[in-house]
Amino acid sequence: MSTATPALRLENIVKTFPGVRALDGVSFSVLPGEVHALMGENGAGKSTLMKVLGGIYQPDGGEIIVSEQKVVMRSPLEAKHKGIVFIHQELSLAKELSVAENIYLGELPHNRFGLVDWQHLFEKTDAILQRLKVGFDARTRVGDLSIANQQMVEIARALTHEAKAVIFDEPTASLTDAEKVVLFEVIEDLKSHGVGIIYISHRMEEIFKMTDRITVLRDGQYRGTLDTAQTTEEDITQLMIGRKLDLTRNAVDHEFGAAALEVENLSCGTLYTDISFSVREGEVVGFYGLVGAGRTEIAETLFGLRTPTAGKILLNGREVHIESPVDAIELGISLVPENRKEQGLVLGMNCRDNMTLPQVDALVSGPFVKDSAEIEIFGHYRDKLEIKTPSWKQLAGNLSGGNQQKIVIGKWLSMHPKVLIVDEPTRGIDVGSKSEIHKLIRDLASQGYAIIVISSEMPEILHVSDRIVAMYSGRIMRTFTAQEVTEDSLIQAISGLGESEKVA
Amino acid sequence: MAGWTRSDIGGFLAKQGILIAFFLFIIGFTIANERFLAPENIMGVVRSSAILGVMALGVTFVVISGNLDLSVGSMMSFSTIVVLDLHDKLGPALAIPAMFALTLCLGALIGFLVGYLKLNSLIVTLGMLSAIHGLTLTYSGGKNMDIADKGGTWFSIFGQGEIFGIPVPILIFVGLAALLGIVLARTPFGRKVYAVGGNGVAATFSGIRRARIVFACYLLSSFCVATAGLIQASRSLGSQNTVGQGLELEVLAAVILGGASLLGGSGTIFKTIIGVLILGFIQNGLLLVGLQFYAQYVVTWIIIILAVWLDIAAKRGRLWSPLA
Amino acid sequence: MTSETKTRLFKQGAIWGFIAFELIFFSVAGSYFSLSKGAFMDADNMLLLFKQSAPIGIIALGMTIVMINGNIDLSVGATYALSAIVLLDSMTWPIFAGLGDWVIPISWALALLTGAVLGAVNGLIVWKTGVDAFIVTLGSMLGYRGLVFMYNGEDPTSHLNWTLVDFAEAQFLGLHTATWFLLGVAVILWLLMNRTVHGRNAYAIGDNREAAVNAGIRVGPHMLLNFVLIGFLAALSAVVFYSESGSVNPNDGSLFELWAITAVVLGGTKLAGGSGSIISTLGGVIAIQLLRKGLGYIGAGTETVNLVIGLILVAVLFLDRQLNVKAKGELKV
Repeated sequence: MSTATPALRLENIVKTFPGVRALDGVSFSVLPGEVHALMGENGAGKSTLMKVLGGIYQPDGGEIIVSEQKVVMRSPLEAKHKGIVFIHQELSLAKELSVAENIYLGELPHNRFGLVDWQHLFEKTDAILQRLKVGFDARTRVGDLSIANQQMVEIARALTHEAKAVIFDEPTASLTDAEKVVLFEVIEDLKSHGVGIIYISHRMEEIFKMTDRITVLRDGQYRGTLDTAQTTEEDITQLMIGRKLDLTRNAVDHEFGAAALEVENLSCGTLYTDISFSVREGEVVGFYGLVGAGRTEIAETLFGLRTPTAGKILLNGREVHIESPVDAIELGISLVPENRKEQGLVLGMNCRDNMTLPQVDALVSGPFVKDSAEIEIFGHYRDKLEIKTPSWKQLAGNLSGGNQQKIVIGKWLSMHPKVLIVDEPTRGIDVGSKSEIHKLIRDLASQGYAIIVISSEMPEILHVSDRIVAMYSGRIMRTFTAQEVTEDSLIQAISGLGESEKVA
Repeated sequence: MAGWTRSDIGGFLAKQGILIAFFLFIIGFTIANERFLAPENIMGVVRSSAILGVMALGVTFVVISGNLDLSVGSMMSFSTIVVLDLHDKLGPALAIPAMFALTLCLGALIGFLVGYLKLNSLIVTLGMLSAIHGLTLTYSGGKNMDIADKGGTWFSIFGQGEIFGIPVPILIFVGLAALLGIVLARTPFGRKVYAVGGNGVAATFSGIRRARIVFACYLLSSFCVATAGLIQASRSLGSQNTVGQGLELEVLAAVILGGASLLGGSGTIFKTIIGVLILGFIQNGLLLVGLQFYAQYVVTWIIIILAVWLDIAAKRGRLWSPLA
Repeated sequence: MTSETKTRLFKQGAIWGFIAFELIFFSVAGSYFSLSKGAFMDADNMLLLFKQSAPIGIIALGMTIVMINGNIDLSVGATYALSAIVLLDSMTWPIFAGLGDWVIPISWALALLTGAVLGAVNGLIVWKTGVDAFIVTLGSMLGYRGLVFMYNGEDPTSHLNWTLVDFAEAQFLGLHTATWFLLGVAVILWLLMNRTVHGRNAYAIGDNREAAVNAGIRVGPHMLLNFVLIGFLAALSAVVFYSESGSVNPNDGSLFELWAITAVVLGGTKLAGGSGSIISTLGGVIAIQLLRKGLGYIGAGTETVNLVIGLILVAVLFLDRQLNVKAKGELKV
């Protein structure tokens, strides 16, 4: 296999953003008819690399070679013409238009008066759809399709040109099992036509089932390529995180207090069902699972952003009804949300004002906001969390991801919560800040905070949690203590392989 | 100026561009006509800008909170007509609070629709523009409203009176501007208005009751409108049903000119006042240099586009849009 | 059929259902309240209704394509007035004195050109500066109105050309000239939006601008073309109306933008762009005109029309929101 001409070859790709070297000399090649997995932790540079390949970013250095020809791609359209098609995780479709129009977006066949040649368009499209064996036709409005079928439309775009390489970014994230089967058939079909495929996924099961080779990135650098058939999960994990997992470091280092938060048989529509767990003072409970398993939705419910359809929430043994974030904050629950820029910060507002936002009503003298009190709070948490900013006047939008996250954490610590929920605490944050935030979470626990951490990164969950709740498809599959958890059992639980466990 | 890069200068120009333009205008007009800077002329400009200005104060809150208000013009007609009508029926002492109450009800309705029901503010206030106009016409029966005894009422003080030689409309404008400027800049409420407009989701995630803030902004806006209606009614003591027609857009123009973003989260009362004064001085200055009255519209148009353009050009770091 | 599909079909039908409701309501209510003896659904009455719908209708159709594209145009009223003045004034220009009735096509062309140029100015500014269309056209709404007054002064401009009046008052197959223009514009725009590359790309841009850019669609020229079209249509509306009336007041056309947007929104076009239909806008235009006429028929004045239309606009928005809200799964933000 290694003798064939690569469908796509990357040589020393470099891409820098202000302050960050997102890609640092990445090289690897994808052979025709090969499914090549690309793996790495969040922030390892996968998505940047894919944007470079998709023509969205221009590399600062290095070469992209398609079928032995060096190519430069200034736009996604150009990338498509050069034979590289990027199937986005977030669908980029116009929902009001037909399937055919979406597939040939920007390239509608037309006569010299600008009239669309519908017959030709529909014929071409139906031919592609037939090859994909889908159950809809070229005239269907895209908005009427299921998410899986919309994804098929994206894939169909790949087939309009002689694609040399197709990139799938987490393609199964929102698919049902039956839909996955269809997707895998399509990938097999592309394979048999000699297309090189880059497959990005966190799901080990799929990686081992679908791929031929695996390339691992870490911190923007190439870390090696493995032959899937001769690889174990441990090998991959080790390459991804750069060390053997050290499971001893989360040994309990202090006593837990009474149960601060108890959740009993909580359900919310189809989002999650029959959730029961408790968090004690001084304890960190980690929620692990795939995207869409219902973890964030539970956090949102506890913070009053969703109304549960059944079940009870108890705080310090007393049942509470949380109708809004205002209620939650009053009860002493704080949420560091998943999406820092959309939910956590007002980016156009300065750091200090962001940090004091939930308590600005209390920081007054007479009718006016008391500047000195605000500056004091900001100063305290700037020092405590080591937030790097020239002054409190800096706009939140101008800070790095790690410092932004610390502002959000500081905002909630300054409220002195009883229960602190942290959703994806280190998403998109550089490695240095990551370990600082991990240490911070442990410190807070030892000070007696009851903490819930939601994360999609296994090392993070293993590192910070005293107990781990594994979720799959809206249900708790198993609860582990730090002592008993193993990677294998955790992966089994969140892939829906284990039996659902009742937690009393 | 050593150490200044081109982008620094560009950024400075964009940030303070509107003030610079303001001073350039003043200098230009002063050179063209020395009467321009005479105290009585300035007083005249501020005085004639007072109604627009008072309304712009309220709309500034609405715009910073991330919404629009196109209904202020027709609401102002409503206030004017109502207070003139009630003046003769109830007497001025009762007519004024009654009119304020009715106008605040309209503001509360809009605030409810936009804040609590989360309807699109552009369309809601567009609908309310039409509906309130209809309400005004129904109320007045389509006729002009006049106070019977124009000479014998203290009601005229709000529009025509002077205290220590300063016209009352100016005092009202300045007083309200100072009050609302402080509310916006220094109180928790003002802070929340910025947060809601800057990022409504993040504000909710921070425990701010977004709907309540939006509601309050519309209520405040209707209060300003009622005040403007009072000045208008008191100044003319008689009015057509359409006295405020089109003002909503001039008000919005002044607010945008001051640098508030239609996306919300930015703007200040001070900047809005500058916006109002620019509109006023352009109108006055062009007349003084002998251009006809309507040239001000064309100049306003050009200034609005330039002001917003420079602002976004500075943010994106290039003059022309990258759009293909 | 997904629930989204059902909702969409319901929304498309809603405006026609509303029109049917209006017809029935005013017919029934009319038999109790009406001052006139004629039935509401009288043929002449309906023909007149179409004719009276034309000026706003033609502009609303143009507004539809601009809004589908994700923009908005607040300057149509001023464009309408300026084109009208060019139309009537140019007929009296000395250089055209010897042309007789041949001055008509020339004046028409000048008026239409005026509209197209004003539209192009808007479009170019939106494209090249990247300033939001709402702000650009808010500015030009003032600016163009200023041009109207600077050119015309405050007095009305009048010029009646009887040939033109005859043409405007003519009826062909029972329909008035203005109605034919309205229908013609509707057909042409329908073809444009549904059959041409420009139309489909305009939808794509309004629907998902990033996807359109990524697909290599040149967003700017499409937006420009739509602005030129709406300017042209505002002028055409003026041509149709003033050919008959022969007198233009410099304040004419103010609030037209609001009426046009109301009709478009009633027709179900989304403010955010990407969705909307020419036919539904036609429905929206007819619904508004029916309301005006109907309320007049049962003895209510213009004030009630304003009130009712405003409330209906808000109600439509509310219903639309209720239809779109997913009962479960929505975050309370």
